[in-house]
Amino acid sequence: MDPFVVLLPLFGAMLAMPVGRLFGARAAELVTTGLLLVAAVLAWILFFDVALGGNARTRELFTWISSGGFEANWSVRLDTLSAVMLVVINSVSFLVHMYSMGYMKDYGEQSRFFAYLSLFTFAMLTLVTADNFLQLFFGWEGVGLASYLLIGFWFKKKSANDAAIKAFVVNRVGDFGFALGIMCIFYVFGTIQFDEVFAAVASDATVVPYGQIAGDHIQSLTITFLGNDWHALTVIGVLLFIGAMGKSAQFFLHTWLPDAMEGPTPVSALIHAATMVTAGVFLVCRCSVIFEYAPNAAAMVTVVGAITAFFAATVGLLQDDIKKVVAYSTCSQLGYMFFAAGVGAYGAAMFHLFTHAFFKALLFLGSGAVIIGMHHEQNIKKMGGVKDLMPFTHILMIIGTIAITGVGIPGLYLFGAPFGTAGFVSKDMVIEGAFAAGEAGRAFGYFAFVMGLLAAAMTAFYSWRLIFLTFWGPSRAPEEVRKHPHEVPNTMMWPLVPLAIGALVAGMAFYPNFVGKKSDDFWNGALYVNEVHHEEASDGHAAAGDDHYEEANDNHGAATDEHTAEGDHAEKGGHHVPTWVLWSPFLAMLIGTISAAAFYLRGDPLRPGLLREGGMIYAFLKNKWYFDEIYDFLLVRPALLFGRFLWKEGDGKTIDGVGPDGIAALVASSARKIVKVQSGYVYHYAFAMLVGIAIFVTMILIRAGGGQ
Amino acid sequence: MITESFAQQPWLSFTVFAPLLGAILIAVARVMARTDDDGVIAKKDQEQLASNARRVAMITTIGVLVVSLVAYSQFDPSIAGFQLVEQAAWLGGGISYKMGVDGISILFVLLTTFIMPICILASWNSIKDRVADYMIAFLVLETLMLGVFCALDLFVFYIFFEASLIPMFLIIGVWGSKGTKEFAGYTMPSRVYAAVKFFLFTLVGSLLLLVAMAWMYSKAGTTDIPTLQQFEFSHGAQRWLWIAFFASFAVKMPMWPVHTWLPDAHVQAPTAGSVVLAAILLKMGGYGFLRFSLPMFPLASLDFAPLVYALSIVAIIYTSLVALAQEDMKKLIAYSSVAHMGFVTMGIFTGTKQGIEGGLFQMLSHGFISGALFLCVGVVYDRMHTREIAAYGGLVHRMPIYAFLFLFFTLGNVGLPGTSGFVGEILAMTGAFKVNSWIAFFAAFGVILSAAYALRLYRQVIYGELVKEALFEIPDVNWREWAPLGLLMAFALFLGFYPGPALDVFSPAVDLLIENYDAALSAGGQ
Repeated sequence: MDPFVVLLPLFGAMLAMPVGRLFGARAAELVTTGLLLVAAVLAWILFFDVALGGNARTRELFTWISSGGFEANWSVRLDTLSAVMLVVINSVSFLVHMYSMGYMKDYGEQSRFFAYLSLFTFAMLTLVTADNFLQLFFGWEGVGLASYLLIGFWFKKKSANDAAIKAFVVNRVGDFGFALGIMCIFYVFGTIQFDEVFAAVASDATVVPYGQIAGDHIQSLTITFLGNDWHALTVIGVLLFIGAMGKSAQFFLHTWLPDAMEGPTPVSALIHAATMVTAGVFLVCRCSVIFEYAPNAAAMVTVVGAITAFFAATVGLLQDDIKKVVAYSTCSQLGYMFFAAGVGAYGAAMFHLFTHAFFKALLFLGSGAVIIGMHHEQNIKKMGGVKDLMPFTHILMIIGTIAITGVGIPGLYLFGAPFGTAGFVSKDMVIEGAFAAGEAGRAFGYFAFVMGLLAAAMTAFYSWRLIFLTFWGPSRAPEEVRKHPHEVPNTMMWPLVPLAIGALVAGMAFYPNFVGKKSDDFWNGALYVNEVHHEEASDGHAAAGDDHYEEANDNHGAATDEHTAEGDHAEKGGHHVPTWVLWSPFLAMLIGTISAAAFYLRGDPLRPGLLREGGMIYAFLKNKWYFDEIYDFLLVRPALLFGRFLWKEGDGKTIDGVGPDGIAALVASSARKIVKVQSGYVYHYAFAMLVGIAIFVTMILIRAGGGQ
Repeated sequence: MITESFAQQPWLSFTVFAPLLGAILIAVARVMARTDDDGVIAKKDQEQLASNARRVAMITTIGVLVVSLVAYSQFDPSIAGFQLVEQAAWLGGGISYKMGVDGISILFVLLTTFIMPICILASWNSIKDRVADYMIAFLVLETLMLGVFCALDLFVFYIFFEASLIPMFLIIGVWGSKGTKEFAGYTMPSRVYAAVKFFLFTLVGSLLLLVAMAWMYSKAGTTDIPTLQQFEFSHGAQRWLWIAFFASFAVKMPMWPVHTWLPDAHVQAPTAGSVVLAAILLKMGGYGFLRFSLPMFPLASLDFAPLVYALSIVAIIYTSLVALAQEDMKKLIAYSSVAHMGFVTMGIFTGTKQGIEGGLFQMLSHGFISGALFLCVGVVYDRMHTREIAAYGGLVHRMPIYAFLFLFFTLGNVGLPGTSGFVGEILAMTGAFKVNSWIAFFAAFGVILSAAYALRLYRQVIYGELVKEALFEIPDVNWREWAPLGLLMAFALFLGFYPGPALDVFSPAVDLLIENYDAALSAGGQ
């Protein structure tokens, strides 16, 4: 059964086009969606078995690559980490398939679309069920391919094609790091199997890198990389994280994600919100043991994640395209997950990934419904008053918004879990985790905490701004649209309901497992917990930090136990987070919400004072901090120009000019003088004279040549 | 120690010379055909001759494929040394006719016999002039290429290696594309320019190879390859010999900066010529490195490895950038070939298991993928008679099957995991990383750039609105076009997911090669 949870979507992908051709698009939709439903059910069964029942296992299918020790098998690794991902991927994918049956009705080419969706699902599943780095990389690039195909799904549009290529190429920049990371792992460990690598790191085994005579304990091993000596695990961690930055659209490599909104909205929900973009977080969590012993790499994860959370939120503030608002919000939320992982709160990172899948898919699919209803309009400035036209969608979007902004009651515990929406529970865990890590002296913990709070305020601002501009106030849509909003089919609305339920309660329901008192049993070793004291970390700073870190980690766990058991918030102090920290995300959320209301509910929503169009803040944010322009100027144009230069000047003038053309000119001219007698085909003769072997063959041809 | 097990039947000789039978058959028909006073064959007879020649060539190449498969069935992949060896006295004095294959060469034999029927099929309708001559040239070329991979005597190798130039030269020069080029004060057909350029580059290399061979013969008293592989040339001599062999093989690869003949040759060659050039002829260089440079001159190989790395890296980055700027479809693919061959040379000279197997695998995979890409260009060239990228756009609306096939091979070219293109690249880079992380670091840039140029090409040809009037009625691929592409795709996909069948064949031979290489290095005090 295990392999089928991965393979069913592949069957769907392969069947969709032929079935569509033979029996029509609806049949293709039903086949792929049906297979996905089965896969989703299987995923939940496995989740109960593997994650809750503790039956972690790995199925090896057959050998993929085997060359020397460089060995990778096709495999299905099921542990809690992959089971969580399986549930997220297959559930959201099934709902998105179902939603797309309605959404794609107007557009045509459904078979191709469903084939791509299922292909994506398959690739994502191979990624999370890998038991070695190479299969992970396979899935990694596979989802990149599916993403490329789906972003460029409307291939007539130039902008869609550009966005698709941009997504693929920027991702490849990340993959560049990832691939080097895999090579480095092989160089150091002589294997690319997860179990062997992670066990070696955790037990501080002695490893001998290729070509070295003497090895060293892995946790303190230094290797030469690009001419300098580095701490081996730090190099590996940083390289892997570069891959994660590309896939998860982190700062510097984020530019493709907003453009990716060129794809159909269900794609944005599935790939660019709930699943693919979280692959980077998954990677860091999967390699938690490496990052735990590479404090500098972990610090990089923290910093980049925190900056992304902040940066993307600022850009999201003033976007007018409904999908771009949600896209930047995704980027920002991914930042949260990363800094949580960076400070060592892997459980919180995965928890946020899990809850985020619900509310972000909900927001995207809700936006898709609005877009359809508004006759394919995406500019929220041209909407307004949609709540009267689409009341059900309005309610769902509000649910998504209170989930992402984090509405809840700080300090109130019911049944051992904090009381609030999914986003409230998980985001608070992330922010508190950052603060606790800062307390414990972990690098950049406080920084992440502050950035997280600022981003939380802005999250509330842009989320409510979206609601206010789209749904509330007077309608700014054309008469025609207002009178006859498009009917949104039921297949599009039903999938939103489970997502909405998840957005409301998933946080409370799964809190004990992901981060609460059951978390040790739940993760069952899939996430590394830094238990062994290790003084010999790469540098003094890290060593000092780790002491505190562990302490905090332990206390944190203990405290959670206590207060979940008793539901008593006096125990909050034992959490190592003061009460003000506990309340701070909530307050940030309130500030953001109130300012959004202040700007967009009073007076004309199109002229929000300071933030009006034409203002400097507006220009800077609207242009996304000018990243695209800078990259275009620094990288894209020079590469093209340089290529042309090398071709014309390098190949043309230098190499050919000096070498062959000089000689060829000589040969050509002398040959011509010698053989003016016969018409044309000088070279036959020149050739025959110079070589003098195989005359027989040439003779025949030359005779024929003379005949023309 | 290199073992040699002799063959019961001369399967290799059958394989190598079988194409000549077809060639002779066509030649006889060609000579027998009635001619008028000017020696021109009547039009009706010409057509008859052409269609017969096509059929004979097709049957012959398929027959050769079958024979080569029989030979392969006699081959035991678990044995490291040479197998199916046959030897016959020839010139005497240590020079004999000797054939044999090992894990390194056998798959290239199969690649050749597999690609040839596809080439004949690709030429079926697109070649209209002098079809009989064309088919003869191709069949002779097949014999020569097979001979290169089977020869176990340096002199025999040399003859096959050099002679293979001739039919290729003619294929480009006679059946190449139409345009003209102003050059050195003359107006000449561009195909002639390309053919001469191709010829000149290769000639320089081969002359040096000839001299080196003569010198080796004078020293060792034999041209027997297994013997030479165990003959220990002095360190100083190895250097000179290495350079001479390198000059020849580097041109064939081609490596930067002696690559500039390739884009011209590809652009001018007919489709099948490009396919054979990309799929097989380029592989002779890499094969030569593994058969001669590494085993015979191990000390020099180690000395010069940094040079090879440098040239490979430059090739990967430089030609990828150049590919970004191309306006001609075939040129773009040709430049990407140079970049891909950069991975091969880089991998081979790492002297590591992953590097060498990666290089070998990359050559095999490149045979399928870039051969297929040239076929793809041929499909639209046959319809529109232009290779200019800007002349296309929006083909997906009229040619969905073509778009799908082209997409697959584009992704293979990009080295997407799941296609055979990935396996070779990652192994070669892994091998390089073990030697020096800088090499892998720079090579990995090629991974980014290949995505940029390949997807750009695909977008401009396939995607977008169909606005060019000339393309409104363009038909999708017919069975003669999609069948070979489908077959190549099946191979590229199969080896992408399960490269075992190829890697397992390479493995014992590569292990032996590395063992001897390392032993020679440590004996040489390195």
